[in-house]
Amino acid sequence: MEPILQVKDLHVSFQVKGGEVKAVRGMNFEVGKGETVAIVGESGSGKSVTAQTIMRLIPSPPSIVKQGEILFQGQDILKKSNKQMEAIRGKDIGMIFQDPMTSLNPTIRIGKQITEVLIKHQKMSAGEAKKRAIEMLKLVGIKNAEARFNQYPHEFSGGMRQRAMIAIALACRPSLLIADEPTTALDVTIQAQIMDVMKDMQERLGTSIILITHDLGVVAGMCDRVIVMYAGEVVESGTKWEIFKNPQHPYTKGLLRSMPRLDQKKGEPLIPIIGTPPDLIKPPIGCPFAARCDKAMKVCERIDPEATVFSDTHLARCWNLHPMAKEVHPNE
Amino acid sequence: MSKGKTLIEVEGLKKYFNVGGGGVLKAVNDISFSIAEGETLGLVGESGCGKSTAGRTILRLYEPTAGSVRFNGVDINTLSPGKMKAMRRDMQMIFQDPYASLNPRFTVTDIIGEALDIHKMAGSRKERKKRVEELLDMVGLNPDHATRYPHEFSGGQRQRIGIARALAVNPKFIICDEPISALDVSIQAQVVNLLEDLQNRLGLTYLFIAHDLSMVKHISDRVAVMYLGRIVELAESEELYANPLHPYTKTLLSAIPIPDPEIEANKKRIIHEDHGNGPIHTDKDASVSGGTYDLENSELVEVSKGHFVSMPKKG
Repeated sequence: MEPILQVKDLHVSFQVKGGEVKAVRGMNFEVGKGETVAIVGESGSGKSVTAQTIMRLIPSPPSIVKQGEILFQGQDILKKSNKQMEAIRGKDIGMIFQDPMTSLNPTIRIGKQITEVLIKHQKMSAGEAKKRAIEMLKLVGIKNAEARFNQYPHEFSGGMRQRAMIAIALACRPSLLIADEPTTALDVTIQAQIMDVMKDMQERLGTSIILITHDLGVVAGMCDRVIVMYAGEVVESGTKWEIFKNPQHPYTKGLLRSMPRLDQKKGEPLIPIIGTPPDLIKPPIGCPFAARCDKAMKVCERIDPEATVFSDTHLARCWNLHPMAKEVHPNE
Repeated sequence: MSKGKTLIEVEGLKKYFNVGGGGVLKAVNDISFSIAEGETLGLVGESGCGKSTAGRTILRLYEPTAGSVRFNGVDINTLSPGKMKAMRRDMQMIFQDPYASLNPRFTVTDIIGEALDIHKMAGSRKERKKRVEELLDMVGLNPDHATRYPHEFSGGQRQRIGIARALAVNPKFIICDEPISALDVSIQAQVVNLLEDLQNRLGLTYLFIAHDLSMVKHISDRVAVMYLGRIVELAESEELYANPLHPYTKTLLSAIPIPDPEIEANKKRIIHEDHGNGPIHTDKDASVSGGTYDLENSELVEVSKGHFVSMPKKG
């Protein structure tokens, strides 16, 4: 698959009072055409920072891209001027955020928020834009689209607002859609509908999607490949089958074990991951997960593990997986 | 699971709010259930279904519009303010947002100690300090951190402080209102295990309110599903998930994403579109559509032992 996005050795930091927060510490990944890639991880793992850096949405200062490249259709986004970036944002790369109420403009009618994108990027006339906007609202499953076109965001329910956000993000048929926790603020039944809308739109328009989420259930239903982030690094990546059926990294395994499942027998205790993620002002020099890992060895605290490759698509970074590591020797 | 005698009895509980223009929001609309000593009852539903309002009305943080709540046989809504205050020792609450529910200007000692002061359980300063340290230890926090402020703790640790505060007065019954929704996945299991462990050690009774159905199934003995202010189904948790009967329960269960690509690929989703007009009633429309029947004219019927489903009233 030909990649439309390649992120190479990306490092992003934030200057804060107490020092430098190293939020993203060497991200590498690709997104193929028409593919859905999930980035999962907990708060502070760097998943949203990665997404926002791709969109160039984080103001600098306080953020600094220390090193790395983000190639979108072969061109480095980090080298674009703000003006060039404005032409890409919304046109070639669309974005959906977690909270549709804060990302829609409450003072502008929904319809106008869609048409203004079309008029700006596609140079459509007002009439054409309105036609396309109504078509988009219908596509994302908003009934009575003609009437809804003239309403304000507060007249929409949470699920409807998120549908409107998707309509705006996809109005210009971008080749890449970045969805940052698009359903976290929604109820499960609405979440299921929004996921269906996104899948449906992808089939029709061939959009590539980066889905950022902490919900592994959503990932299993929606994505082709999964990238697991921890403390600003990719600890494991693979197809969803590899990640769910054959997870390798202790963190990935821990995440899957700590979630209760509907198909689980009653009385089985949850196995939590002990401890909390490291402070990224002083990130550990070794494996960032070592402090919480029950299989940690001495080397884990000293040297950040290399990637061990299991297949063309599956890799994980853990010393225990290294071909020369013997069966686990905790604390030896 | 064999549990003790009934501790909480909720009967015909209603909580209406006036929303202006002659509209009445029937947030909690005639719910009844009981919870046995040492039992966990899960209360699930989507935002706006009335589950949090139900929790608050049960604790009499809201005065009910109608109905009764009996705690150990005592109708708490008839109690004088003084007696109610004493009763609150037995009934505590853990809140969703560990950031908003702790006073940022108080140290951990003062947050937990305040509950002891209000109920005059503290004794001397030394005893108070000792009790706070004991509680911190009980919830898995370092007692040496008692002089710190909430902002010095992570989300999961703050939720532990909230739990320690609820436990300070030796309650029998705790309402947990979405206690883990704001926490990261890897931390949620820690807090849930703590709640289960405390229940076993102290014989606590829980009402566990949440929208995460997988977690509710895990922690609850029985589960009640709320929809538009009413309980539409109530059963033992295994039974409810294996054999859901109400169309809304089926919809809700089919919408939960399961972290297994195989199951997700073969899943059939049940869509239950008709939400009627929601829980707001105006003079013009007296009833609310429950999709397939009139919810306003429904009752809970026991279809098999301990399995209740909302059905249209006969006659």
